Amino acid sequence: MEQKEFKSVNKSVRKKDSMQLLTGKPVYTDDITPDNALVVKILRSPHANAMIEEINTAIAKKVPGVVEIFTWEDVPKNRFAIAGQTFPEPSPYDRLILDRHVRFSGDAVAIIAAENEKAALKAMKLIRVKYQVLEAVLDFHNAKDNPVLVHPEEDWYPPCPVGGDNKRNLVASETEVRGDVDAVMQDCDIVLERTYHTRAFNQAMMETFRTYTELDRYGRLRVVASTQIVFHTRRILSNALGIPKSKIRVEKPRIGGFGAKQSVVCEIYPAFVTLKTGRAAKLIYTREESQIAGSPRHEMEIKVRIGASKTGKIRVLDLYTLSNTGAYGEHGPTTVGLSGHKSIPLYTGSLEAHRFVYDVVYTNHQAAGAYRGYGATQGIFAVECIVNELAAKLDMDPTVLRDMNMVREGMIMPAYYDEPNNACALDKCMQHCRELFGWEEKYPVRDMGNGKVRASGVAMAMQGSGISNVDVGSATVKLSEDGTYNLLIGAADMGTGCDTILAQMVAECMDCDVDDVAVFGADTDASPYDSGSYASSTTYITGKAVEKACADLKKTICSIASEMLECSRDEVVFESDHVRCAATGKCVSLRDIAYKTQVGNTQPAEATATHSSPVSPPPYMVGMVEIELDKLTGQVTVLDYAAVVDCGIPINPALARIQTEGGIVQGIGHTLMENVTYDAHGRPMESSFLQYKLPTRLDMGKLRVEFEHSYEPTGPFGAKSIGEIVINTPAPAIAHAIYRATGVWHSELPITPEKIAMACPVE
Amino acid sequence: MEITIRLNGKNVTDHIDADLLLIDFVRKHGCFSVKRGCETSNCGLCTVLMDGKPVLSCSMLAARANGHEIHTLEGLQEEAADFITFIADQGADQCGFCNPGFVMNTIALLREKPDPTDDEIRAYLAGNLCRCTGYEGQLRGIRNYLNSRKG
Amino acid sequence: MITIQKYIRAQSLEEAYNLNQSRRNRIVGGMLWLKMGKGSVDTAIDLGDLHLDAIEETADSFSIGAMVSLRDLEKHPGLNAYTGHAVQKAVKDIVGVQFRNMATVGGSIWGRFGFSDVLTVFLAMDAWVELYKGGMMPLEEFAKMKADRDILVRLIVKKTPGRFTYTAMRNQRTDFPVIACAVSEMNGEYRAVIGARPARAMIIRDAEGILAAGVQEKSAAEFAKYVADHTPTGSNLRGSAAYRRHLVKVLTERSINELGGEQ
Repeated sequence: MEQKEFKSVNKSVRKKDSMQLLTGKPVYTDDITPDNALVVKILRSPHANAMIEEINTAIAKKVPGVVEIFTWEDVPKNRFAIAGQTFPEPSPYDRLILDRHVRFSGDAVAIIAAENEKAALKAMKLIRVKYQVLEAVLDFHNAKDNPVLVHPEEDWYPPCPVGGDNKRNLVASETEVRGDVDAVMQDCDIVLERTYHTRAFNQAMMETFRTYTELDRYGRLRVVASTQIVFHTRRILSNALGIPKSKIRVEKPRIGGFGAKQSVVCEIYPAFVTLKTGRAAKLIYTREESQIAGSPRHEMEIKVRIGASKTGKIRVLDLYTLSNTGAYGEHGPTTVGLSGHKSIPLYTGSLEAHRFVYDVVYTNHQAAGAYRGYGATQGIFAVECIVNELAAKLDMDPTVLRDMNMVREGMIMPAYYDEPNNACALDKCMQHCRELFGWEEKYPVRDMGNGKVRASGVAMAMQGSGISNVDVGSATVKLSEDGTYNLLIGAADMGTGCDTILAQMVAECMDCDVDDVAVFGADTDASPYDSGSYASSTTYITGKAVEKACADLKKTICSIASEMLECSRDEVVFESDHVRCAATGKCVSLRDIAYKTQVGNTQPAEATATHSSPVSPPPYMVGMVEIELDKLTGQVTVLDYAAVVDCGIPINPALARIQTEGGIVQGIGHTLMENVTYDAHGRPMESSFLQYKLPTRLDMGKLRVEFEHSYEPTGPFGAKSIGEIVINTPAPAIAHAIYRATGVWHSELPITPEKIAMACPVE
Repeated sequence: MEITIRLNGKNVTDHIDADLLLIDFVRKHGCFSVKRGCETSNCGLCTVLMDGKPVLSCSMLAARANGHEIHTLEGLQEEAADFITFIADQGADQCGFCNPGFVMNTIALLREKPDPTDDEIRAYLAGNLCRCTGYEGQLRGIRNYLNSRKG
Repeated sequence: MITIQKYIRAQSLEEAYNLNQSRRNRIVGGMLWLKMGKGSVDTAIDLGDLHLDAIEETADSFSIGAMVSLRDLEKHPGLNAYTGHAVQKAVKDIVGVQFRNMATVGGSIWGRFGFSDVLTVFLAMDAWVELYKGGMMPLEEFAKMKADRDILVRLIVKKTPGRFTYTAMRNQRTDFPVIACAVSEMNGEYRAVIGARPARAMIIRDAEGILAAGVQEKSAAEFAKYVADHTPTGSNLRGSAAYRRHLVKVLTERSINELGGEQ
């Protein structure tokens, strides 16, 4: 494995914004925007499926302080998608700013703008709406070809051919086959078929959705939003509002997101208010709005068939995924793909054939969106569970079964777009994790008395690094007079630390201190184009753009220096804080070069580079969990979670570790306690933190995270991604441990104490 | 009604509605560190100290704090400075939105129990949710700080 | 959130009582649950100036003011010594320290919430409420009443010799319980209190003398079954009636055995 000695990357540098965040400085949307903006509130539908027959705002408008109330009659009639994706988006154009047809309990009915919150809330109670309540599609199993259509409208428009048909409640569908699946299956010694169900888990980022809008000093629409995607947001607003992109500027301050803010969930409402009234407007979603009208994970049901030899060779995998996109199609056609493309390739080592079929359907549930893991999480739950069950049926150690079958470095992955597996330490992760965790001692089930048992489980995971041939990352690096640098990016640090790790890369390239690199992002007026931070792209894609920009800037600096040193361009050498002429030994300091760039200079002392990748190298991970399970109450206590991750060369090991720990605890939450249910009328039940229970620090046990390095040749400094993969192992690993403790396989999340206790064979 | 709150050591007098919440009062008076994360008293983001005790400012009437002493992170920068660098060294600030509430409650913890065990730290901070870090890095930071004090 | 027109810190119980006679006025305890309501209140009545925030311990009782916080209960050495830390166990998992600094005993008991750990644990004791007009009343009786316009002033716990346990099943560590279970033995009388059924906590006494000969493995199981048979349970998001019934049996049996083990 190639590994250089690094000076600034592969170092645990403190995040550039750490001290501002930890001292509570005003750095978020609501802190830095004026309080005298109009307060925007949204009246929401109580019905899962209804037509607005009449809507009367006359009385509400009389409330003192109410400035405007908008209904479906006031908005443009062109449909758009709010998914933050590269144009043309795979997501269907199925939304209006406000629609007469409301499609889930929580769908927007009216936009209220008032001088203060009290007036807005009072007006909300006084808007009179007469609904024609329609039958709703609430079970995603029978959504396809249901006579009730979620999107019956004629102007439903899919910008990409993804196998959707709104007259069938179908957003997307596809079949992918490699090899003769049925023939291999028939030839297998053992075939298992199981069905797994995962819920529409909520990102529940601590900062809810929020946006501030105003007309700036040029009369343009200035949008300060908590978003991961400033450029997509500009395009989406432009399309929805029918104004040119040159009239819109989108900025993000500090934010938190996990993918929730890869959709333009709330920006459109205050933007519309500002355009109509000319006044600044602010919309802060309540926690309830974030829970019921946000952009959660796609609920999926995955049917898996696995065929193997009795010696444990996994020969064939066959997946059918049914994905519930909810009332609108954001990210529906794309999330589903990962359920197969990022689970099946884990077993490239032995697979002779595979099939992956999917349908994505509309229902009258909250629309889903992008959440860390993006479909891979669901698929890996299914595949890793069935592999664990296969190991049990074959009476094999599940880690040994994986050793025999896992994907390895150098393989071509037929289930992953035939990409080569350039960098892969999954085998080392497994061995390392076994030792770290103490698999030999902890795998056997131990009776602790009084109904309590200890048991362990294992799972592997993969993800991607950016979207191949689609994602674009850019960076601008500028030299300042004192020899320090500015880095301008359009990627979005959402707490992940990308501002810092990209600065580490500049420091590595320019051989300077990380403190000498100032980072700015993200703002559509000032940042170079970037798709935004999602799909685990920023380190891998934008990082490479940083590397390229630095190389370009170095060339310019050397060119200017060569004139100053009066030697030829190929005689000069860039050496950290100066440039030296190899022939004469004379040097000119970076500071003098920088000053020179401001006097009679024709070469810009800055460089912008753009990068895209034809491949999306997967990071890999192994997770092992030890639980104590109370057979009588069903309570699961996570005692120890050990994880070993291969993210290539980690640019910042401390931040990579925190990403991993955070992802694991989110996964623990989804597995054991976070639930998403609807009542018989399609109203969401877990609409607050009173009912939607996030893990506290008492719910997660001890976490231990370590790394195995591979070197990804197409990534910056050998790096792959880390942000998403980390959420994928807890569900299958914990389900495995629960089986070990109880003898029962649970295939539906969350696995609550009730499900465990009531399924336990012993009283 | 008119109230006077001793906010970070200074008397602040204001006319307020009876149902104004303390979080909105302190934000109005420049204490933007105090964040709202839920409406159900579950997340701990809005933690402030009232007469030295940690309370949820989202669930406290400003009127109730009339005549009391309120501290937000703006007023306890030095006390926080002691240990937050250890959190930063772990990268455990992450999105940062929960940080002020977490820092405030950690201050309360360390005042009450200067040398807590890991379990005592977890128990005291259980009401401070964080969705980013998985908590372990926050714990390591506090532990490293406590160890550093022991020399 | 609820809207409030006016806020008054009552200067006497009489003033508070008079204000509280209007249906549109409300006494605020910790205000944690009240806040989440959607109604409107004319006058919020705060008892904060009435010195009801102390736990007074005498030779034969604890007098707990209505404005005592759950955190005060948790930390009170005398109360926890008397109850074998059952009180601490009952409140320590309620949301967080900040929440428990605000939530009051008066608010918890007056609300007679189904999910209440506080009501559950005190029902296991020889506990009484002092009402401003109604005077002293056994907590058990009070717990069955509907809310009226009186004021809960204090909770009195008599130091009747006894042993207490508290245990609750939670889906997440700081959540409402799925079932809360307090078990006690006072002067040879055993009782189980089951809360979060999810309805209001209720007392099941050993009316058939199952434990009369003492706690053995068999009698504990039998009593647990008896309690489960006499505890109506219902379903909500946290658990089904059947699971709750199962938990009542499991937790009661474990608690009785724990009590037995202390002898």
